[in-house]
Amino acid sequence: MKEAPAHTPYHPRWYRSRVSTYWWLGKWAHLKFILREISSVFVAVFVVLLLLEIWALERGPGAYAEFQRWLESPPLVALSLLSFFFVVFHAITWFSLAPRAMVVRLRGTRLPDAVIAGSNYLAWLIVSVIIGWALLGG
Amino acid sequence: MSRRAIEPFLWGLFSAGGVLAALFIPVHLFLQYLAFPLGWLPAPSYEHMLALLRQPLVRIYLFALCSLALFHWAHRFRYTLYDGLQIKHITELINLFCYGGAIAGTALASYLLWTVP
Repeated sequence: MKEAPAHTPYHPRWYRSRVSTYWWLGKWAHLKFILREISSVFVAVFVVLLLLEIWALERGPGAYAEFQRWLESPPLVALSLLSFFFVVFHAITWFSLAPRAMVVRLRGTRLPDAVIAGSNYLAWLIVSVIIGWALLGG
Repeated sequence: MSRRAIEPFLWGLFSAGGVLAALFIPVHLFLQYLAFPLGWLPAPSYEHMLALLRQPLVRIYLFALCSLALFHWAHRFRYTLYDGLQIKHITELINLFCYGGAIAGTALASYLLWTVP
């Protein structure tokens, strides 16, 4: 018997079924998973828009007006709409998963999922109102 | 070993960014990039926006939002490429693109927020 392992013409291979690159198209649950993952791209798109807006604000009123006109152009409106749907999808899936990620116990009993998810949605509402109030002029 | 050690830290950034993105981004996106440009709501003036940006608390908030949201993207997008498109042979390049992008974005955000006139 040989000491060192060597390749033979009939070398065994482990059977691995090939998974298609588009495996996530077949089932709604899989597609939802991929859409949730892709929502992160639109989170990044938002950061890029926000940084561009801050940069325009720093360069003066002219640059800011130009940035606003750029936002009104159809491709940017389409991008903003798409991004909005994806970030809302991210928020809803994130809050719905929150009860599984954090188990809160109050006096020994586990708080029901609806309470945890509900408190997240309530926080979402309060935060949105505060930001809207700040942006719309206080 | 080092990768194992850093993974929980990266997951922590992903998770924190996910919470901030879920809570804060929809309202910003809706108002600043849909409602104001499309005239659904009266857009705030340049002076008002600059006054907001001059507040130190606003700048700290925007820095945290930009940076953590980018690390959220980096972590999730890395796994989207890995699991979704099954790109497993250029892992190093993907890591560089994702986390490098997040670090570059964080640096850019801190520069822009530091130099507010």
